[in-house]
Order: sequence, then C-alpha cells, then structure tokens
Amino acid sequence: MSVKVGLEIHQMLDTREKLFCSCPTSLRRDDPHSRFRRWLRLARSELGELDPAALFEYMKGKSYLYESYVDGTCLVEMDEEPPHQLNQEALEIALIVSLMLNCKVVDEVHVMRKIVIDGSNTTGFQRTALIGFDGYVEIEGGKVPIATVCLEEDAARKIEERESEVVYRLDRLGIPLVEIATGPTISSPEQAGAVALRIGQLLRATGRVKRGLGTIRQDLNISVEGGARVEVKGVQELELIPKVVEMEVQRQRTLLEIRDELRRRGVSREQLEVKPVDVTDVFKGTSSRIAKKALASGGVALAVKLSGFARLLGRELQPGRRLGTEMADRARYWADVGGIFHSDELPGYGISEGEVNEVRRLLNCGEHDAFVLVFEERRKAERAVEAVVERAREALEGVPPETRAANPDGTTRFMRPMPGKARMYPETDIRPIVVGEELLARIRELLPEPPEAKYERFVKVYGLSPELARKLLRSYRLDLFERVVSTVGAPPSLVASTLEDTLVDLRREGVPVQNITDEHLMGLFELFAKGGLVKEAIPLVLKRLAENPELEPEEAVKQLGLTPLSPEEAREAVRRILNRMERMIRERGEAAFGPAMGAVMRELRGRVDGALISRIVKEELAKIVGGS
Amino acid sequence: MSTRRRNQPPSSSVLLATRLFALNFSSRKTRNRPLQFSRAMSGSGYGELASRLLESSEIQVFDEVELERDDGVTLRGVLLPRPQYGDPNVLVLKLSNGYNIGVDSRRVRSFRKVGRVLPHLGSPAPPPAPQTGLPRVHFIGTGGTIASRIDYVSGAVYPHFTAEDIYSMIPELESVAIITAETLFSIFSEDMTPRHWALIAERVAKVFESDGPAGVVVAHGTDTMGYTAAALAFALRRLPGPVVLVGAQRSSDRPSSDSATNVLAAAVTAVKAPFAESVVAMHAGLDDTKFYVHRGVKVRKMHTSRRDAFRSVNAVPLAKVELPSRELVVFAREYAPRSKEGVVLENGFDEKVALVKFYPGMDPEILDFLVDRGYHGIVVEGTGLGHVGEKLVPSVRRAVEEGVAVVVASQCIWGRVNLNVYRRGVELLKAGAIPAEDMLPETAYVKLSWVLARTRDLREVTKLLLTSVAFEIDKRSEEWYYPPLSYFEKFAAGGSQ
Repeated sequence: MSVKVGLEIHQMLDTREKLFCSCPTSLRRDDPHSRFRRWLRLARSELGELDPAALFEYMKGKSYLYESYVDGTCLVEMDEEPPHQLNQEALEIALIVSLMLNCKVVDEVHVMRKIVIDGSNTTGFQRTALIGFDGYVEIEGGKVPIATVCLEEDAARKIEERESEVVYRLDRLGIPLVEIATGPTISSPEQAGAVALRIGQLLRATGRVKRGLGTIRQDLNISVEGGARVEVKGVQELELIPKVVEMEVQRQRTLLEIRDELRRRGVSREQLEVKPVDVTDVFKGTSSRIAKKALASGGVALAVKLSGFARLLGRELQPGRRLGTEMADRARYWADVGGIFHSDELPGYGISEGEVNEVRRLLNCGEHDAFVLVFEERRKAERAVEAVVERAREALEGVPPETRAANPDGTTRFMRPMPGKARMYPETDIRPIVVGEELLARIRELLPEPPEAKYERFVKVYGLSPELARKLLRSYRLDLFERVVSTVGAPPSLVASTLEDTLVDLRREGVPVQNITDEHLMGLFELFAKGGLVKEAIPLVLKRLAENPELEPEEAVKQLGLTPLSPEEAREAVRRILNRMERMIRERGEAAFGPAMGAVMRELRGRVDGALISRIVKEELAKIVGGS
Repeated sequence: MSTRRRNQPPSSSVLLATRLFALNFSSRKTRNRPLQFSRAMSGSGYGELASRLLESSEIQVFDEVELERDDGVTLRGVLLPRPQYGDPNVLVLKLSNGYNIGVDSRRVRSFRKVGRVLPHLGSPAPPPAPQTGLPRVHFIGTGGTIASRIDYVSGAVYPHFTAEDIYSMIPELESVAIITAETLFSIFSEDMTPRHWALIAERVAKVFESDGPAGVVVAHGTDTMGYTAAALAFALRRLPGPVVLVGAQRSSDRPSSDSATNVLAAAVTAVKAPFAESVVAMHAGLDDTKFYVHRGVKVRKMHTSRRDAFRSVNAVPLAKVELPSRELVVFAREYAPRSKEGVVLENGFDEKVALVKFYPGMDPEILDFLVDRGYHGIVVEGTGLGHVGEKLVPSVRRAVEEGVAVVVASQCIWGRVNLNVYRRGVELLKAGAIPAEDMLPETAYVKLSWVLARTRDLREVTKLLLTSVAFEIDKRSEEWYYPPLSYFEKFAAGGSQ
C-alpha cells in the first residue's frame, strides 16, 4: 500500500523588525501592559462559503481578548494602524531560502490577505505572499519537489481559551515566517524525516532564522492508498516526523480494515441513526463517579446504538488510541463534553455489567451492535451523540479527511475538520514589490555555501575525516559546528567529533542529551579554548549538563572537580603518585609504564591532557629508573 | 475613512481595476455596478508593452491563461487587472492556490488563453427577518459602504448599501430596528463640500417628515465627518429624532472592521437616545464593546487611524452605548429633546468661506488674497488664546473694512479663545475680528459658512456667531472636558494595567 506525504514547514525569521511594522521580533514572558476586546465577523451571505471549522468557530460567537505591550507591540498589531511596507530584510531571507531550494522567483511580490477568523489575527486575515515556487530539495535517494515558498506573518499566541472568549498575546503576531511546502510525493516515514532535516539544515545555514522551541513548526499531509488526506499540525520536533508518519499510516490502515469489516458485516449509513435514548433511569443508583456527578448537576444519560460496531470501537488505531477515542475527540470538539463511554470498554469506570445490559436492552442492541454513552447536560449530550454517529458514518468510508494535532508520542488527535480552500484577496495597503535581476544578483551573493563545497572545505581546510565531514553535513548541528569553529577557535576535529560522536555515544548510554543546548556547547568549547578544561573532560561535563541543564559549563566543570592542572601541578601530582609506587617501578623498570600510567590516569583523568600526562609519566619514570 | 485609497484613479466608465481594492466608507462610484467583462480591457490598467502582448495573444483580463516565462517556468492562472501602482508592464496572475503574483511581460515567451472565469460573489444576502413592532431607522449612504462582498476569484470588493446587505453584515440589527436604506451619493469624505451638507440636511428633513423614523443614520467617510455633523446641527433643528453619523476606521471588507459595531451603536442611538441632535457614534476605545456618541458641533477626528479617533473637544460625549448589551447611558445634562413640532430646516451654506491656519512667518498676503478674491468670511486658526503675527493685523483690519467676517479660533484645539488678555488679541478685536469662544476651528468654519448664508451684515454675523444655536458654544469650561495627560504613567516603568 503506497503512502503519500507532503510537508509544510513554518520557520520564524530572525529579523530585527516584524514583517509589517518596526516592532521587535521577540516573545515576552512578563505580564502584558494592556488588553482590549474584539469581535470578528463576516457577512451572513459569506458564511455558507466558509469551511466548516471556521464556521464552527465563528458561530460560537466568541470574543477575542488581546494582550499587548507598549514597548513590544504597536498599533499595527492591534489593527489600529495600516501595515507599513513589507520588511526588506524578511523579503531578502525569503528570497535566499527560495534560491537555496532551487525555486523560481516571482517577478513581483503581491501581498495577500488570507481570511482567518479564529481571532489569531487581529485583522481577521493573515498577510502572506508567494515568493518562490517550483523548486526542489536534494536528499539521499533523489529530489523532492518544493511547491511553494511563501513569506507570511505569524499569528498571535493563544494564551487561554474560555467558554466565551479566547485570549491572545500580540507579541508573536507579525513575526516573519517562511512557509515551505513540498510536493505530496514523499513516500516513506524515513524520507519525510530526511526532507524535513534537509530543509531545516538549509534554513539554519542561512544564519538568519530563529532557533529554539516553537520557532519551527512542521505540518504533514499524509494519505495512504485508499485513504484520505489528513493534515497533521504542529510537529515541533524534527525527530518526531518519521514516527508521526508511521503512526498515521498505521491509523489510516486500521481505519481501512475497520471499514472493510463493517462492509463485511453489511453495515449501512442508514442503520446509523442519530436516535439517542434517555437512559438516565438506569444510572439512578450507579457507582460510576462520572455518571453520578453529571446526573447530580442536572445532566442526563444518553445512549446511542451503533449497529454492527461491536468490538470495533475498542480496536487500537495507534498505541492507546482507539476508534472510540476518535469519537470522544469529536464529541469534545463539537459538543464540548468531557468524554464518552463506549460499549467495548464497559463494564468499567464504575459502570456495572447490570447497567450495561440494561442499556443494551433499552437500545435493542444485538450481538454485533455497540453503543456509546454520554453523561452531560441534555443539549450538549445530544450534540455529542450527533458527533459520535457522524464519526461512525465516516468509518464506513474509511479515513475521514481532517486536521489532526500531533501528540508528543507521535500519535495524533482530532483537531478540527479540514479547512476549506483558502480565501484570499489582495492586501491593498501594501504595494507590490518588484524583484528585479539586480536584487536577485545581490541575493545570489548572499547564498550560503552549497553542501558539496562545504564537504570539500571540511576535509581540506579543517582536516576532518571524510566520514566525520559527511556526518556533519547531515547533522542538525551543522551550523553550530560552523559557529563554534569560526568564533571560538576550537579545533574543528574535536568540535565535530564531540557533536557527532560523543553526543551520540552519550545518548546510547541513556544520558538525556536533548537537554543540552547550543549555548551549553558553545560555552563548553569556549571554556576549552581558554584552557578551562581538557579534551578528556568533555564527555563527563556533557553528561553533567544533560542531567542538570540549568548549569553553566564552567560550574559543571567545577562540580566535577575537573579544573585542569597546570603542567607543573600535573608533574607534581605524577611525582606523588609514582613515589607511592617506587618499589614496583624499580623492580620492573621501563615495563612499569603501563601500571604507572593507569594509576596516574585514575587520579588525573579529565584534568590533564592525555598526551601531556603520558610524556610526564615517561619522564618521571625515567628519573626513578635512571636514578636507581 | 482612512486616506489610503487616494492612489486610485478617479471614477471612470470601467472600474474593474479600482475594484481590486477594498473599498470603504469613502469609496467611489462603484456601488452595485455589475462586472462589465466585455469592456474589461480598457480598464485593465496595463502599460503599453503588456497591452501589446495581451492584444497579440488575444487575451483579456479575467481570462484564465497559461504562460511560459523565459526561464522555462509554466504558470497558469487568471489574469487580473493591474493595480494603479507598481510597474504597469508586470502582469498580475492569480494562481489556483489563491496567491497573486507578478510576471514581467518582457519575460513572457508564450502566452495563451485556456478559459475564462466568472466572478463569484457568493450567495446574495438572505432576506432580513426583523422583528415586527420595532422602531424604524433610516440609513443614508453618502460614500462607501457598511457591508461589502468580496469576489475571491478576482479579489474585487463590492460595496453594498441595501437594507438586506446591512442586515446580512449586522444580523443583530434585526432585533434593534426595522431599517430602510438609500444612497444619496457616493464620494470620498474629503470630496464633501458645503453643497453636499445641504443635500444631506434636506434629505434628512424630508425623511423625518414623510417617514417618521425614530432616527436617521448617515454613513459617512470619517475624514470630514466632524464638519458634516456640525453642518447638520446648524441646518436641522427641532428634530423628532437624532441624526447619527457613523463611519469606519477599518474598511468593511475585513473581518475586523469597526463598521458593523459602529453602525450597531449608531442604530441603538437612533432608537434609544432621548436627544434629537446631529451626533457622531464611533468606538470609545480599542474595544469593540463601548461607543461614544459625540455632539456633532463638538467632535473632532484626532487620530489618523485608530478606531477611537473621534473625541469630544471642550465637551464630554453626550452618551455611551455598550455592546452587546445595547445599553445607552446619557452623560449630557442638557440637550435638544425629541420634538413633535416639525423639523426646522435652515439650510444653505456660503461657499466663499476659508479656514486658514496661522503659522510663524505667515505672509499677510494670504489673507489679502482671500479678500481680493471676494471671500465673505475667513476663520483664522490662531495661536494660543487666538493670536496672529503683527503683520497680519492690518490685513485683518482691511478684510473687516471690506465686509469680510474674520473669526479667530485657536490651533490649540482645546480651550477657549480670549482676545482680551494680550495686546495682540486686543488689536485683533479692534480690527474687527470675532473670537470663536470654545468652538473648534472646524465648527467655527461651518458655522460662519452657515451664518453668512443667512446674513452678510457683520454686526448680525457677529451676534449670530456668538450665540449658541446648537450647543456649539459652552460658556463654562469644565475641568473634565480636557482629558488628563498622566494616563501614560501606568505603562511607564513596566507597570501593568
């Protein structure tokens, strides 16, 4: 069964100013200075054209509370002043990215307004412009097409969602992003990972993108043969991509199996009726805490029969996630209920066998029928039943096209229905910008070194082994390597082997190396260059930093007692140790070097350079032997 | 309305190119005009090179085209008209993904038509379902729109001003009022003249007399809304209900437009206000929840772009409206109540009136010029308490001697003119200048224009000008008329809230 994956990568740019105003592009942690409340609206005549997700959000009639900072956001983000002209620095970076991805570039950039009415943009639209198109990225095993490179403004940060309002913070709104969309031709989880890695690498190679959590977001479009396109949003960790693809493929395949089983059982759409039965009386004396609580606060128990679904609701689609979970997700989204119970997990959760049997009897459930139970206030419960039945009907078709969110373990959960076609119209407050040959020529000069040239340089100038050079080129830490080597002046081969070998070894040993930040590494090599630690201490310090990420490298060194010895101190220490072994040395002569070195290293490991210590030991040994 | 649309061409027979831009309260005469596809070429806005290419390839705007660029790229999309700015020889193509891009016509190697698109405006507004028994409110459009529809094929924005479209955009109105709507004219607010004020005044009077609505809402571009509001205050008195001017600081084609909530607040004012004056209803702050109703003679646009650009000057707002509760709270202690005695229309404005701002180094010949050109009145926006440079005093004297009314207002905006305090003021008084009291310079200008249409006798002019006709002069300057300066301190030093 073939798999098709397309990637959409959003990368924040590290510009001085925002895309359409001169505000800083940094996120805030302090309390906002002021708040204001807005509504968004569309003409009623346009609601029919809206995609279901947007319509649903809109119909909730929520107001939006925006948080702002006098020194961090201005009237532009507040939609109280027209946008300023497009940030040239951002355009330049977008052009660089386009060319690096072998894209064709538009002759004139037109900024568009893309309607977004969930409140994440104060204007009700996101400003976006197509810069590059029709490119490709090369990975091992071939080229993957790049469909588009767009320059757009980031949305406001959602801080909180309440019953009647959503709170957004404006610090992120307007930070420039490039959005890179590949063609839908990626055919395996590994390839998806490789493409994301490669694009991420190219982005970082520009040296002009933001780094750190939340600065790059990956969306995936995944479909298996016979399934449907499913959009998975918000994969923040690159490493997670192959896993997300794999698990989504597994989910879609299982859904197709469920579909086939339902067909075998002869289940039809008509049999799946939205006919909730009020079973409140059954649970009068229930010992289920959830049921008791809901009924006590005036709720009802509604049950609905799902003909022919027995043993399918409990079928695992992804680890820990079943068809029943998908129904619960839907019920939560459309009806805002806490959850549902399905017959494949009952009796359980305090619901007794007697209660289950009574519900089955009231619903007229046969052996192959399943049911779903909701304990909620009546209106919500009814809506939940509707959502559940709708999902059951979709199971007859196989995979519902929808937008899902990635969980940290690589599984996905329902987020919202697939958005409709983007509705765009021109942003008339911003003039089109001609991208002339002159500008492009200047951009070409700014392009970072291509990977082949890099490899050449690593081997010839830095003296890296071909293997290490190749590893680095594939590495996530490629630009960190370049930064360390050029700014700190640490020996390239040491930096490379630390980044590519030592960290990998530590990970294999189970050290939580994901806690080690670029700043840690930078600091570590700076320390090394200053003579603040010796080569041999590096793995020990990294381990300590991984386990205590709040430490600075220098403190870690101190805590570990790995402050380097001067050659004099080292010689002193060696003499002391060898004196203890004097008899053995005198007996064995030169052959005592092995045990002597061993004893010295036990005490001085990580505090003196290995080559130096070996020389000192030899010299001191010779003195003792010769002096005898 | 904001002034960002001025780069557009004047109205012409075909305005497809213009329609690519979001129109707003001050849009041009494009209202309800159907797309004229057959004539699209003449309005395409393309330069000579591009036009020639289009002609030789027999392609018109709104054709779906396929073209090859000189780098071998093939592009397919809908050819759109050229926006007014930028390189007129760059073709604008709307791709199937919704994006517009520019393609330099000099780089086009092959070009062919593959189809033609029809505009898609979505379904028309559904019929309104207002509750019966509600008060009636009449809407008069003078420029632009409250509602607009976007054609996502071309990106064109179509303003609408039918009752259906207003209800469609603002369904809440269905439980506020039964509305009727008409378009009187459709011009930029900065193109308004005293003649337009008179037309609006006349229409409002007629509507009140024949239809008896609870109030009239006038949709108006925001730039000169204050002038029109003042003009209506002088021309219309003893009204049965308020005349509420309303506009938008963000164009109505965007989901965040303040148009809908402002109109809702205006409608609530028209229905609920106990006062029957010419007023302006607009956002009170950054929130979409509070709106101030300002007295037309006391209101000024004080910000280029903010929603709460309008402020009462030398006065506090008459009332506030809260949404979504639709509550109206009256602040005013004194106002003209709704009258049942029949509208008094004292219409007509003298167009030979100038509003001139004094500035250091101003050449007195500027005043002489106006006198020589037969102006009947001049409002001088003086400095401070109402001063001008000494060289101007003889010119003022001469103007008055020639029968030209000279009124002195202050460019301080806030506060009262007083010509008795400093010598220059006394000189101006002696020369025959009339102090504008606490009137805004704009209000003084409108009033002078209105007064001069009634009498040219300078003694009469002075008397009328200094008599408060529509609460434009307040003998008492109350402390709360002037907003406190210290509000920024709460933000300083990283303070929160």
